[in-house]
Amino acid sequence: MKHLRPLNQKASRIAVQLARPTGDNEDDVIALQNPPQPAPRPHIPMGCSLSFSPGWEVDSAGGTAGLCQPVERDIYDCYVTCFWPAQVPDHLNNYPDWASKCAAATKDWRNLDLVFP
Amino acid sequence: MIAADARVYRLGEFHPFAAEGHRFLYLVPAGAIFELDAAARAVIDRLAGGEASHDDLVAQLKAVGLSTPDAEELIVELYQSRVITAGDIKPEPLEEAPADCPLQTLVLNLTNQCNLSCQYCYEFGADKVATPSGKPKFMNFETAKASVDFLLQQSAGRRGVHITFFGGETLMNFPLLQNVVIYARDRADEQGRSIDFSMTTNATLLTPAIIEFLSENRIGVTVSMDGPADLHDKLRVFANGRGSYGIIEPRVRELIQKHRTRPITARVTLTSGVTDVIRIFRHLKNDLGFHEVGFAPVTTSPNQLYAINDRGMDDVLAQFHQLADEYLEYALRGEMHGFSNVSDTLSELYQGVNKSHPCGAALGLVGVGPSGDIAPCHRFVDSDTHALGHISTGIDREKQNDFLRRGHINSKYDCHTCWARPLCAGGCHHEAYVRYGDTGHPNLHYCDWIRGWTETCLRIYGAISVHNPEFFRVFAERKALS
Repeated sequence: MKHLRPLNQKASRIAVQLARPTGDNEDDVIALQNPPQPAPRPHIPMGCSLSFSPGWEVDSAGGTAGLCQPVERDIYDCYVTCFWPAQVPDHLNNYPDWASKCAAATKDWRNLDLVFP
Repeated sequence: MIAADARVYRLGEFHPFAAEGHRFLYLVPAGAIFELDAAARAVIDRLAGGEASHDDLVAQLKAVGLSTPDAEELIVELYQSRVITAGDIKPEPLEEAPADCPLQTLVLNLTNQCNLSCQYCYEFGADKVATPSGKPKFMNFETAKASVDFLLQQSAGRRGVHITFFGGETLMNFPLLQNVVIYARDRADEQGRSIDFSMTTNATLLTPAIIEFLSENRIGVTVSMDGPADLHDKLRVFANGRGSYGIIEPRVRELIQKHRTRPITARVTLTSGVTDVIRIFRHLKNDLGFHEVGFAPVTTSPNQLYAINDRGMDDVLAQFHQLADEYLEYALRGEMHGFSNVSDTLSELYQGVNKSHPCGAALGLVGVGPSGDIAPCHRFVDSDTHALGHISTGIDREKQNDFLRRGHINSKYDCHTCWARPLCAGGCHHEAYVRYGDTGHPNLHYCDWIRGWTETCLRIYGAISVHNPEFFRVFAERKALS
């Protein structure tokens, strides 16, 4: 390394790794551990108008058990992205953490819980 | 794959910092620290203003005096070390911990009884997680022997292992401590392995004979102590409310004077009204003579009276900074200052740790309670909710995996954009449980504090690497010993 001076043991390991002959392709060598996240992009809302979500319906039996997606999926749509007024926790003031364990609603919707003001 | 000259570059994920007129970066996905030369600084300053194509970047570098081959070489160096990046990169999650991570350290809670009644104690106080009713109060020798055997068996492949004695008040079961040291050393000798010991105590029960035993057997001692009498006695009291300073002061002096085989450290718990960090440090380091003094704010739910509020924490951090500056002066002279909070962070920065979990709990370390129940660490001992098995039946892998999965940095979404995550990894599992009711919740209440402190330590690291890099040898040796 010419322009970066490694100052700790991990940096020295990267330097050793990069100093190995790589043949023609410089991309054969990569630094340790996982790469940086891609640059942030505009947040595209996944709300009612852009993707299919069941509304506040009931299923054929009058309940919510038979909906094609769990109701939590729909609640989550109303949390940040949707203009539709629905009873979701106030994420600006009182429950900023309500959805902090739900990065991907399709996978993590079980982590959305009731709040008791 | 995109050809090099068609790439559009942007900055990778790093935290820049400066010290002594030099510029450095902390490469977050690796935990690596680099110093930048002028040409590398030029690239980073350019990309800080937005993306640039390969040709733009080369042109820019030529304008500051590099030849084309030099500029190309620099860009490759920065790209390969991921200081700069290009194209869409799919983040690779951090590695999972190995399923059969060998143990290194066992914390034995010799008793859950204590002769003090410190109000903030996580074992007895309002926020306690322990459910000791119906369980033995003192560990017996059979359970302790089984624990030692368990450690040696579960640490296959490690040459050296470690036992920490803990309580309750550890010395309330000193006879067992003696027996365990003799038994464990014999077992380790048989296997040609090394074992070392440390303990935590409130120092009330130290006697000359105990001190002699601790010194002869090279047992590291940490004393829980909160400062001079007026501060120490606020919360570290006997059941009748009387402060414990007067009892422990002569004992601590004798311990430090007579126990010469291992450094003696003090561990201070900061609470509301006990935030006078500098005065506490001076007293413990200079008046009493501790080798190292470490501080931690009390673990508490936010509504306890002894919790430190935000202003109090700012005050603590300001004093930490003052001691950190002092630490740097010592380090540049090649001397140890004794402020553990800096040493510990520098040691991790030196290695370049990149943690999947905040600590070794349930990985290389477990705690064992008096009943033989296995817990992720000493802070969860005697808690039915958090037990990971029993010493007679081993670790329940399902429960261990659940604990580790929840505590893994990959499942702490809040941490994924934080540059301090390689060191912090979301913070103490126990603190998270007390605050948020979930061991896997990131400790969001001290994020700013952690970042402020890590930045300070990075600057110290940079300054030492410029003026006295030899100083880091201490940390290389320290790691080699453990």
